[in-house]
Amino acid sequence: MKWIRSSASRFMGLLRNEQHDRDFAEEAQAHLQMQIDENLRRGMSPEEARRQALIRSGGIDQARETYRDRASIPFVEALQQDLRFALRQLRKNPGFALGVILVLTIGFGISQAIFAFVDAALIKPLPYEKPDRLAFVTESIALFPRANLSYADYLDWKSSNRSFQSLDVWDRTGLLISTPKGSEPVPGTRISSGFLRTLGVSPILGRDFYPGEDKPGAPKATLISYSAWQHRFAGDPGVINQSVVLNDASYSIIGVLPKTFQFAPAGGSEFWISLQPERGCDTRRSCHSLLGIARLKDGVALSAAQEDVKSIASRLEQQYPDSNRGQGAAVALLSEFIFGDIRPVLLLLLGGSALLLIIACVNVSALLMVRSENRRREIAVRGALGASRGRLVRQFVTEAVTLVLVGELLGLLVAEIGIRSLRSLLSEDMLASMPYLQGLGVNLHVVAFAVLTALCAALLFAFAPILNLSFSRDLRDNLAQAAHTNSGGLWRKLGTKLVVVELAVAVVLLAGGGLLAKSFYRLLHVDLGLQPDHLATVGVIMPEKEFPTEADQSTLQKRLLERIVALPGIESAGLTTRMPVTSNGNTTWFRVVGRPYDGKHNEANERSVSAGFLKTIKATIVRGRGFTEADTATSPHVVLINETLARQYFPGENPIGQTIGDTELSQKSLAQIVGIVQDFKEGSLDSEVWPAIYSPYEQSPDNYVYLVVRTSQSEKALLPTLVRVVHDLNPTLATFQVQTMSDLITESPTAYMHRSSASLVAGFAGVALLLGVFGLYSVVAYSVSQRTREIGVRMALGAQPASVYQLILKEAGSLTGTGIVMGILFAIFAAASIRKLLFGVSYWDISTMAAVVVVLSAASLLASYIPARRAASVNPVEALRSE
Amino acid sequence: MGDKAEVLQGTLALMILKTLESMGAQHGYGIARRIEQISGNMLLLNYGTLYPCLLKLEQEGAITSEWGISDNNRRAKYYKLTRTGRKQLEKEVRDWEQTTAILGRFLSPGKEQA
Repeated sequence: MKWIRSSASRFMGLLRNEQHDRDFAEEAQAHLQMQIDENLRRGMSPEEARRQALIRSGGIDQARETYRDRASIPFVEALQQDLRFALRQLRKNPGFALGVILVLTIGFGISQAIFAFVDAALIKPLPYEKPDRLAFVTESIALFPRANLSYADYLDWKSSNRSFQSLDVWDRTGLLISTPKGSEPVPGTRISSGFLRTLGVSPILGRDFYPGEDKPGAPKATLISYSAWQHRFAGDPGVINQSVVLNDASYSIIGVLPKTFQFAPAGGSEFWISLQPERGCDTRRSCHSLLGIARLKDGVALSAAQEDVKSIASRLEQQYPDSNRGQGAAVALLSEFIFGDIRPVLLLLLGGSALLLIIACVNVSALLMVRSENRRREIAVRGALGASRGRLVRQFVTEAVTLVLVGELLGLLVAEIGIRSLRSLLSEDMLASMPYLQGLGVNLHVVAFAVLTALCAALLFAFAPILNLSFSRDLRDNLAQAAHTNSGGLWRKLGTKLVVVELAVAVVLLAGGGLLAKSFYRLLHVDLGLQPDHLATVGVIMPEKEFPTEADQSTLQKRLLERIVALPGIESAGLTTRMPVTSNGNTTWFRVVGRPYDGKHNEANERSVSAGFLKTIKATIVRGRGFTEADTATSPHVVLINETLARQYFPGENPIGQTIGDTELSQKSLAQIVGIVQDFKEGSLDSEVWPAIYSPYEQSPDNYVYLVVRTSQSEKALLPTLVRVVHDLNPTLATFQVQTMSDLITESPTAYMHRSSASLVAGFAGVALLLGVFGLYSVVAYSVSQRTREIGVRMALGAQPASVYQLILKEAGSLTGTGIVMGILFAIFAAASIRKLLFGVSYWDISTMAAVVVVLSAASLLASYIPARRAASVNPVEALRSE
Repeated sequence: MGDKAEVLQGTLALMILKTLESMGAQHGYGIARRIEQISGNMLLLNYGTLYPCLLKLEQEGAITSEWGISDNNRRAKYYKLTRTGRKQLEKEVRDWEQTTAILGRFLSPGKEQA
């Protein structure tokens, strides 16, 4: 009870000190006076009375101190004092303070921003039940180590496996939703009935699918995503059992998925419909369109599951040689599948930002050490006046903590900005496929990271100057500051080494950035085999209800192209069933007539193109002929092959005139090869060219087509016109992916990836360069300040300014040189480790390295020029006189 | 047992309270002289011991202070016992008497043995 009251009093005493001091002084004075009065009464003389009174009353100063200590909390008071002193010091050298805070803010901010990404993607677990027991299950073939499953294979795997608690599949599909305004394409996913249960997720409204609800003939049902619920149904809880028309069929909405639900491979799917394999691909064992997830049984290892499924696959291979030859199996962790691509990039970024933070901290501790050198005398005086070691240490700690605190707080601000700008480096599509970035921001984890880095930095900043002073000369030297011309040995050793390391790091980052930038440039200028300029592209979907037969689709194609070609400024137009420069896939197995067949699957990209398509993209026919208007549904079936197919399957012979067909050589599939087209990229910019077979559209139509139109005017302005033409022709047609060919290329995932990584590393490199050069400047400036006397002597003895320049620049030059050499060595190592990210550039690319050396040398020269100039303009008289 | 300063602190507080009880309101100088007098001049109090102790008692609420005029027309701070202080004094006196009684038994054991 007493204790509480007195503590409260003492706490209040922190705030009322001056009044208290005056009161006590007055009280003590009164006490003394009364003692003097008594002494006078006793008969002493006034001087004697006063002297005796003073002796009797004891030391007033000590009493005052004890009194003050009692009146408040001494520890806190000392802290306040230290803080005020630290702030005063910083205000006295605003340049130093601003420089340090700027450097710290950048270092902390960037590392926090990157950490936020790493946390969102790699550290936070996936929002499923026990995500480390979830496996990604696929088939496996020579071309694709992870290939789609077929429905029949899935059923067999499901029933025969011994490793999985459950095995389910999904298939991303584009759906056409019928709205009052017409049909609209919307992303959706078909799932087997146990899909959500395998993940361990339940709908927040309504129900999940019943087991067996995914079989053919069951009533059509769908789950909807949370955002679809909000956007399309206004979050109405009565949405359950409402129906929605998808792909011309009525689906009943049975449930709403949670807000936090995400499944990265299915991106931003709005509708999750039951599998119901009724027609087309699902009925054939040889058609593969599904991907699988499974929950491992307790205690079953991933490798065991892999072996299990592989053995099932090989059994099926023997049972069904036509469809399953060469179809293996692959099982991996689901998290590996989802994060596999992004993990190395993120870790690289984390490494880069850690490096930057280290540079920033090293810079700052170097500067603090320099300052502590200048404060040797002050510290010695304080020590001589009675400051304890602890008190001195506490002073340094307070300064360090103040700097770190300000840096971290501003850093959090920078981090927020950094996160936003990093996010903008990702395209919309990429963000949709990375839903785990939803919770990205300065959250609890990031703050914890900030606190951790703050602690480490504060420790470093507090003890670097202390260590420097500890290894110091004795008290007398410090007081005299006699060793002025002999600059601190420790500083020389550590400080200069630090700068060399910083410069080396800057070199590494600059080299990395340069290589990635060059790689990006090469990527964008890779030979595509076609001319992408002046091309406008529009995806068109013909709903099955309106265009049920091949004849309907063919007719539409003709009419659409006629209308488009009639527009002003159009050079040519065509269409294809899959856009070039997107991805390899949509393959078929073919067989050459007249050759012995061993059953091996020959895989090739399969495309149907209109007569004008190849001309529109300016692909070259190297042999034979292209397609013409004469190639119709009723004329003899023909195909074009690309050079790669010709090379691989017809080495040394003439393919023209030969016939190919499907694996059974069924009558319908036979077609004669009439021409060879020069390779052009069907796949992404950095992919290989696969063998490809092109059929005339009218002989092999499809509901999903892509219009490609070459115009002599602006292709971007043409886009809305094209969309209008499509809708005018038939309002039920849906359009999607409306963009120019150039945009498609520059916004493609690989281009995005390369551009983003190049920008990022270049950004880092810029900051590292700034920091490194800043560090060099401070080292050289300090060295000059230490050598002012020496320079004065030299100049007094007749040295020219030029020789002073030489002196300083030589010192700076040796530091830079060492840094560059070390840096290049490390850069080559680092580049070798990011080999996979480079395209068309070797990791020891000489021109990039040379450019880096030039840039760094120039920057260093500039940084050292300023202090060198100051040195050369030293007035010898002043220098000799100064102490 | 603590060192001399500590013991003195604790007992000094008790002495101050007792002094204020018998003398009524008094200033610091008066309290010091009275304690010295009663202890038969075996104790000598100076600023450094007296005033911090007075402050501590004030912070604990055992005494209150007020500026006033002393006998010889000087401005001085007068201290007064509070109700809390009175209770604290009674309790500490009881404790002391108990302690002395117990120690007394130890230090003159003869009576028990007989």
